[in-house]
Amino acid sequence: MHNVSLLILLAIPLLASIVIFALPQGADLLAKQIALVASTITFVYVIVIGVGFKTSAGASRFQYSGSWTWIRSFGVHFAFGVDGIALVLIGMSTLLVPTVVLASWNSFDTVEDAEEAEPARRSSKTYFALLLLLEVFMIGVFAATDIFLFYVFFEAMLVPMYFIIGSFGGPRRQYAAVKFFLYSLLGGLLMLAAVIGLYLSAGTSSFAFTDLVGHVPNGATQKWLFLGFFIAFAIKAPLVPFHTWLPDAGAEAPAGGAALLVGVLDKVGTFGFLRYCLPLFPEASRYFAKPILVLSVIGVLYAAFLAMGQRDMKRLIAYTSVAHFGFIGLGIFAFTTQGGTGAVLYMVNHGLSTGVLFIVVGFLVSRGKSRLISDYGGAARITPRLGGVFLIAGLSALALPGMSTFISEFLTLVGAFTRHKGLAIVATTGIILAALYVLLLYQRTMQGTVNPRVLGFRDLNARELFAVGPLIALILVLGVYPKPVIDIINPAVKATLSDVGQTDPQPQHVAQPGGHK
Amino acid sequence: MSPAHGIQSAAWLLVVLPALSAALLLLLGKRADKWGHLLGALVPVALFIYTVALFFSIKSESGEGRVRDLHLFSWIAVGGFKVDVGFLLDPLSLTFALLITGVGSLIHIYSIGYMAHDEGRRRFFGYLNLFIAAMLLLVLGDNFLSLYVGWEGVGLASYLLIAYYYNRDSAATAAKKAFIANRVGDVGLSIAIMLMFAYLGTTSFQGVFAGVGGLPHGVVTAIALMLLLGACGKSGQFPLQTWLPDAMEGPTPVSALIHAATMVTAGVYLIARSAPIFDLTGAGRTVVTIVGAITLLYGCVCAFGQDDLKKVLAYSTVSQIGYMFLAVGLGKGVYAIGILHLLGHGFFKAALFLSAGSVMHAMNDRIDMRRFGGLVRIMPITYGVFLCGYLAIIGFPLATGYFTKDKIIEAALDKGGTSGWVLGLAALLGAGLTAFYMTRALLMTFHGQRRWEDDVHPHEAPATMTVPMIVLGFLSLVGGFVLTFGGGLQNWLAPVVGKPEEAGVHTISTPVLTALTLVVVAGGAAGAWLVFGRNPVPVTQPAGSFVTVAARRNLYADAFNESVLMRPGQWLVRGLVFFDNKGVDGAVNTVAAGLGGGSGRLRRLQTGFVRSYALSMLAGTAAVLAVLLAVRFS
Repeated sequence: MHNVSLLILLAIPLLASIVIFALPQGADLLAKQIALVASTITFVYVIVIGVGFKTSAGASRFQYSGSWTWIRSFGVHFAFGVDGIALVLIGMSTLLVPTVVLASWNSFDTVEDAEEAEPARRSSKTYFALLLLLEVFMIGVFAATDIFLFYVFFEAMLVPMYFIIGSFGGPRRQYAAVKFFLYSLLGGLLMLAAVIGLYLSAGTSSFAFTDLVGHVPNGATQKWLFLGFFIAFAIKAPLVPFHTWLPDAGAEAPAGGAALLVGVLDKVGTFGFLRYCLPLFPEASRYFAKPILVLSVIGVLYAAFLAMGQRDMKRLIAYTSVAHFGFIGLGIFAFTTQGGTGAVLYMVNHGLSTGVLFIVVGFLVSRGKSRLISDYGGAARITPRLGGVFLIAGLSALALPGMSTFISEFLTLVGAFTRHKGLAIVATTGIILAALYVLLLYQRTMQGTVNPRVLGFRDLNARELFAVGPLIALILVLGVYPKPVIDIINPAVKATLSDVGQTDPQPQHVAQPGGHK
Repeated sequence: MSPAHGIQSAAWLLVVLPALSAALLLLLGKRADKWGHLLGALVPVALFIYTVALFFSIKSESGEGRVRDLHLFSWIAVGGFKVDVGFLLDPLSLTFALLITGVGSLIHIYSIGYMAHDEGRRRFFGYLNLFIAAMLLLVLGDNFLSLYVGWEGVGLASYLLIAYYYNRDSAATAAKKAFIANRVGDVGLSIAIMLMFAYLGTTSFQGVFAGVGGLPHGVVTAIALMLLLGACGKSGQFPLQTWLPDAMEGPTPVSALIHAATMVTAGVYLIARSAPIFDLTGAGRTVVTIVGAITLLYGCVCAFGQDDLKKVLAYSTVSQIGYMFLAVGLGKGVYAIGILHLLGHGFFKAALFLSAGSVMHAMNDRIDMRRFGGLVRIMPITYGVFLCGYLAIIGFPLATGYFTKDKIIEAALDKGGTSGWVLGLAALLGAGLTAFYMTRALLMTFHGQRRWEDDVHPHEAPATMTVPMIVLGFLSLVGGFVLTFGGGLQNWLAPVVGKPEEAGVHTISTPVLTALTLVVVAGGAAGAWLVFGRNPVPVTQPAGSFVTVAARRNLYADAFNESVLMRPGQWLVRGLVFFDNKGVDGAVNTVAAGLGGGSGRLRRLQTGFVRSYALSMLAGTAAVLAVLLAVRFS
C-alpha cells in the first residue's frame, strides 16, 4: 500500500507554492503564470486519476491508497486514498483553483484595479502562493484516510484562508477574518477532543479510518463523540444556527477566495458528515438524524428568506449557500442512496455554481467598486456578456431543470421524500424562494432602468470569459449527462449507508412490469 | 410499446436542432446579426416538415403500433431511481409537435417582419428557438422528469421573452412574476413526481400508468392534485392566473406563440397525458373542472374591463384555457375535446394576437383601444384576420369555436347531476361573455370614429407579417371543421386518452343546445354593440360601475396577492434579517466576547493572531484531554 499518486498530487501545488513564495518581490506576472500552470497540471492529473478509478462491483472502496508511518507511538499514519466521494470533490476543487487564478489575474496588481475599495496589504504574488497552499490542504483534507491527518489538514486549511481574507479582503476584512477564525477555533477544538476520544474509546491503537469503522461502542460515548464531530462539521458547512460567520467571511473575502471558501472549504463540513459521522457513529447518526433533518429544512427556508433581505451581493450569495447546505444535510441524513448521492453531487455542483456566481459578482464589483445591489441596475444593457453569465450562474443556483444543480437537488429531495414525506415537502417549497432571491438579484442589478453608475462598465474580456466558461459548460453538460460522476459516487455512498446500517425503503407499491399502455 | 424505427429514430433532432440554433444565435452575438433571424426562422420550418413526415409514419401504423418509444440514453441512475432520456412518439405528442412547429413556424416568419427594426432581433430568435426546443422536449419526453426539464425550459424562454425589453421595469417585474408563479406550480409537479417514485419506484409514463391502478385512492388523488397545481402555474389557471396578463409585456409574437397557442396550454397537455391517473380519481377530476369553470368566468369578466387590446386577449386566453381544463376534467372521452379546443384556440388566438401585433405595429407600438378606432379601411387584411379569429372564438356557426367550444358545453351538461348543470351553465354563460368582450374589442379597435393620437400614421403590415396571419386566419375558420370531420381527432387520440363514450341521451338535445348557445352568443355580441357600437368611445377611461372597476383590477387578485403574500413576506424577511443580525449573530458575538474576556481580548486576538490561536488551541487541547482522561479513568 504505497501508491504515490496522491502524494504527487499534493506535491505539485505545494512545490509551486514554495517557488512562488521564494520569488523576488515584483515578479507578479511570473507568479501568476506558475500558479496557472501548476494548478492546471494538478487538475489534469486529477482527471488522470479519475479515469483510472474503478467503479465496477468489487472494486475496493479506497483506491490509490498509500500509507506511511508518521507517529508510531500513537498509530498515526500519513495515509491517503480516495473513494468516489473524495475523488469528485477533489476534482471540483482542483478545477476551481485555476479558474480562480485566472479570474483574479489583475485583482491585486494596483490600487486602481483592486477589487475592493481597500487596497491589499500584501503583494499579488503572495495571494497566488496562498491559493496554491490552500489547494494542497484542500486536496489533503479530502484524500486523508487517517483521522489524525484529516484533523491536521482540517485545521491547516484555515491559515491560508485567514490570510486571503485578512490581507486581500474588503473594508471589514479584519472583523470577518477573526470571526471566521474564532468559529473555526471552536469547531476545531471540539473536533480534536472528539478525535482523541474516538482513539481512546475505539481502543484499536490506530487512527486509520478503516480500522476505526465499527469499533466505536454504542451508547452515550458514541453520541458525545458524534456531537463533537457533528458540531465541528456543522460550523464548517455551515448549518443553521452555526452560520453567521459565513456571510461576513464570504462578503469580505476577495471574490476568488470567497469562491474557494464557500465552494470548497464549506464542503469539508458536509463531506465530514458523510465520511466520518455516519460510518464511525452509526447508532448516534440514526439517533440524531431527525433533529438534524429538521435543522436542515429550517436552514433551507430560513437562509433563503435572509438571502432575499440582503443589500450586499456577496452576503446574499453566502446566504444562498447556507440554504443549499440545508439540502445537502437533508440528503445525507435521509440515509438513502438517492439522498446520499444527491448530496455528494450537490456538493460538486454547488462548488461549480457558487464558484461562478462569486467570480461573476467579483467581476461586477471590480467594475463598480461596490457590493451594494442598489449601486447597480440595468447593467445587462452595458455589459451583455456579463449579464448573460450572471443569469446562467443564477439559474444554476436556483437549480433550473436541465442544469446539473437540478439533478442533485431533486435527488436529495426525492431521497428524503421516501423516508420523511413532510420534511421533504416543506423543503421543496424552498425552490420558490430560490427563484425569488436569484431573480430579485438579477432584476435589481442587470435589468430595469440603467443606473448611471454602470454606464462606463466594460464587458467581460476573453480572459474573464475563459475563466468561467469551463465551469458553465460543465454545469450544462452534467445536467444532461451526469452519469460518469454519478457512477463514481454511487459505490461510495452505498458503502457509507451499509456502514450506517441503512437500505433504501422499497416503493410501497411496485409497478407490475409490462402493464397495459 | 414498440421501439421507434425508420425516420422516427431521428426524432431527437426535434430538440437538438433548435437548441443548437439557439446556442449559436446567443453565443455568436453581433456577428450573427445579419443572418440570425433567417436561421432562427428556418429551423422551425424544417422541424415542421420533419414532424409532418413523422406524423404520416405513425399514422401508417395501426393500433398499438402508433405508440413508439425512442430510447436515447440513461440519464440518472441511483439505487432504484432510474430515469432514462427517451422520446414517446404517439398521437398525443405528435399532435402537439405539429401545433408547436406549425404555428411556431408561422410566428417565426411573422417575427422577421415584426422585429425588423429591433436591434436585438437575433437575440429574440435565439430565445424563440430555445423555446421550441424546450416545448418539444416537454411534449415528447417519455417520463415525468424529462417533461419537467422541458416544462422549466419553456418557463425560462418565457421569462427571457417577457423580459425581452429588460430595461423596462414593468417587463422585468412581469417576467419575474411569471417565473415565480410557475415555480409555485413546480412545487406541485415535484411532489407529484416524488410521490410516483415513492409509491411506484418509477417516473416513466409507462411504468406509472401501469402501476397507478394498484395505489390507494388517496395517493392517486394526491398525485392528481399535485399535477394540477403544476398545470395551474403553467397555464395561468386559478389561483395562479395573475402572471399571464402581465406577460403581455413581451413582444406580441411571443404573446401569440408562448402565451396563447402553445406553452400556456402545457397544463392541459399534462392532464391529458396523465389521463390514466385522472381517470382513477373522481375527486381529482372534480377539482380540475372547478378550477376550469372558475377560471373561464374569471377571464371573461376581467377581459371586458381592459382597454389594452393585448390584455383583453390575454384574459381571453386565461378564460379559454379554463374551457380546456373543464373539458379534460370531465374525463374519459372528453380529453380529446379539450385537446380539440386547444388546437382550435392555438389557431384563432394566434391569429388574433398577430393581428393585434399588426395594429400595434401600425400605431407606433401603442395598444390602448381607446386610441384606436376606424382601422377597418386602413388595414383590411389585418381586419380580415382579426375577424376570422373573432368568429372562431365566439363560436360563429361553422367557424372553429362552433365545433370545439360548443362540444365542451355539451359535455359539461352531459356530466349530469347538479355539478353537470353548474359546469354546463358556467360554460354557456362564458360563451355569452366571450361574445361580449370580443365584440367590444372588435368595435373599439376597428370600427367607430378614429381616435388616433396625432403622430400616428397607420398602414398595413408587410407581407412577411400578413402571409402568416392569413394562414392562421384561414385555419381559425376551417380548423374546427377539419379536425372534427368524421370524428378525426378524437379517433386519432383514442389510443392515448381513451375512446369517446357514446353519450346515449344528452341532457339537452344537441340542436336545442346549439340554438341556445347561439342565442346566448348573439345576446353577448348585441349587448356589446349596444354599449360600444352605438355610442362614441371616450378617449379617457370613464369612472365605470363597481363591476367595471373590479374587472379592470382583475377582480382584485393582484391586490390580494400583494396584501396577503407579498407584504407579509417582506415583513418576514425584514424581521428575519434583524433576528439573524441581532439575535443569532449577536448571541454568538456576546458569547465569544464573554469567553474571550471582553472586547479588549478580541482586539488583542486580532493583532497577534496566529500566535494567539496556536496558544488557545494548545490550552484548549490540554483542557479537553484532561477532561477526557478524567472521565475515562474515573
